[in-house]
Amino acid sequence: MSISNHVVINLQQIKKIYDMGGAEEVQALRGVSLQIQKNEYVAIMGPSGSGKSTLMNIIGCLDTPSSGLYEFNGVNVSEMNDNQLAKIRNKEIGFVFQTFNLLARSDSLHNVELPLIYAGVTSADRKRLAREALEHVGLGDRGHHKPNELSGGQRQRVAVARALVNRPSILLADEPTGNLDSKTGDEIMVLFEELHSQGNTIILVTHEEYIAEHAHRIIRIRDGMIEIDEIVKNRKKINTA
Amino acid sequence: MTGALETFLHEVKESLTMAIVSIKTNKLRSILTLLGIAVGVFSIIGVMTAMGVLISSIENGMTFLGANTFQVQKTSPMMTGDIKERLKMMNRKKITYEQALRVKESSTLAKAVGMFCYLNGSKVVVAEDGRKTNPSVNVSGRDIESFLANNWIIEDGRLFSQGEMNSGSYVAILGADVVKKLYPKSDPIGQTIRVDKRKFQVIGIVQSKGSVLGGGDESFVLIPLNTFFGIYGKDQEFSFKVQADAMAIDDCMEQVRGILRTARHVPPGAEDDFAIVSNDSLISQFNDFTKYLRLGIIIISSIALLAAGVGIMNIMLVSVTERTREIGIRKAVGARRNNIMTQFVLEAVLVSEFGGMIGIIFGILGGNIIALTMNASPVIPYDWVLIGFITCSFIGIVFGVYPAWKAANLDPIESLRYE
Repeated sequence: MSISNHVVINLQQIKKIYDMGGAEEVQALRGVSLQIQKNEYVAIMGPSGSGKSTLMNIIGCLDTPSSGLYEFNGVNVSEMNDNQLAKIRNKEIGFVFQTFNLLARSDSLHNVELPLIYAGVTSADRKRLAREALEHVGLGDRGHHKPNELSGGQRQRVAVARALVNRPSILLADEPTGNLDSKTGDEIMVLFEELHSQGNTIILVTHEEYIAEHAHRIIRIRDGMIEIDEIVKNRKKINTA
Repeated sequence: MTGALETFLHEVKESLTMAIVSIKTNKLRSILTLLGIAVGVFSIIGVMTAMGVLISSIENGMTFLGANTFQVQKTSPMMTGDIKERLKMMNRKKITYEQALRVKESSTLAKAVGMFCYLNGSKVVVAEDGRKTNPSVNVSGRDIESFLANNWIIEDGRLFSQGEMNSGSYVAILGADVVKKLYPKSDPIGQTIRVDKRKFQVIGIVQSKGSVLGGGDESFVLIPLNTFFGIYGKDQEFSFKVQADAMAIDDCMEQVRGILRTARHVPPGAEDDFAIVSNDSLISQFNDFTKYLRLGIIIISSIALLAAGVGIMNIMLVSVTERTREIGIRKAVGARRNNIMTQFVLEAVLVSEFGGMIGIIFGILGGNIIALTMNASPVIPYDWVLIGFITCSFIGIVFGVYPAWKAANLDPIESLRYE
């Protein structure tokens, strides 16, 4: 198997059923199958209630499917316990959230260090790796700033640095530009573009067509099923200069 | 193994930093929580320190007992027990001169046996120029060995001569406090003092031991035994002080007890009709005397600590709710249940320890105020400090586990959505 078509994520007939009490059930996912390969740049789209958040939570190993197979790098994660999932999240997945989700009382460096703490990296290595990650997103001089001392765009960059610091297999971004103005949002999309060109696998969850068109492939979800899975022909290019 | 240990140390360090930040952010709330623990620990440590000071001042022989000495007398100095027992003690026959002499002559293990008898009640001593002491001076008749048994050193002048002892001369040796009062500037040797209008010539002064308990115990006038007999009669109640080798003190005590029991015709099996006072017996009497006080303090403090523990639990539950999102973030980036659990338990322990530390510091300071007023050396009750720290950890763990468990089992998805 060559690196270029190495399958990172393999979902087969994933179903997620929420028991709402009594006989009532909600089928959030009704059998989703998809593969994502290394260094793909995929956008998952869908209106609210479509099941895209559930799908993202399952891909991000925050949740497990009710049925179906989920293989991450060839390892079956659909039946893993909490601690095993925590390890996958720690080593293999970098999250970027709409609301940044930084620790408000800690500075940027410490926020970026966080995944390394749970990975058991030594203090000196943590400091070095966190600083490198911050430099990578262009915030080398903001290590000792707390989130409230940073602009929205800078906060999201810190979050991206945190997502990347453990060198995960995928970067999972949930509406990363949702809380940013369009100019700052564009800057984050440029950053994603760069990260993709450096070999990162990016999965972007969004409901904005404009944002999704930066990706190479768009998966549209509706009523818990994949409606369309297409390659983007006219990719939105941002001047990366 | 070392990797796991290091991870744990990271967590401890991480939790420490977070706990400090959390305490700083909620100063008032934290201080109120800490206060409960601090007060509970303070009362225990304070009382134990005060007891420690008193005990150590007894142990150091700063009281009337020197090292390796014990005293035999009619009654025990600290009278505990009920009135019946005290009356029984009062009704004992006094130790006579003959009985004391018999001990002195027969006890082979004693290095020195100093016999003495006191006047009932203390006296005023008057100097020639009219200076007076307070009416708190003890006048006692002494034999020569008393000086050895008491470790009294003649600082100036001389001891009683054998002639003076035999003839009952009106000569006196003064304690440091009497000298200070009567002869602040002049040389007391050769001066004349008056006690109850009887004149004595001062021939020596006893070097001060730097007394601790109040200072009243160096307020004495010593006169030869025969002089005492001449004035007050020979029918006196005697006590005697025995000095032994450090190794042989217990054997020596047994020997003296046997001799005295025989001399006083105590039937076998009956209890002693006299008291042997040693530093050990003083301490054990002191401990006995204060047993209920200490027990009461421990019980009350335990209740205070229990209440404080509930306070900690309360603050931790609030903290878990407030930090739901933080917990979600930590879980998303790979924190396992154990990690979250450790973090919150450690935080509870730290809050508790911090309160305990404040309690310990103020307890030691408070308890040692007694030492200060008595010129005793300050004491740190290490055992109780350790017990305090262990108790605080225990409280932190017991009352921190439930909130920590709650935090560890939060659903990461819902926590991340929590506003």
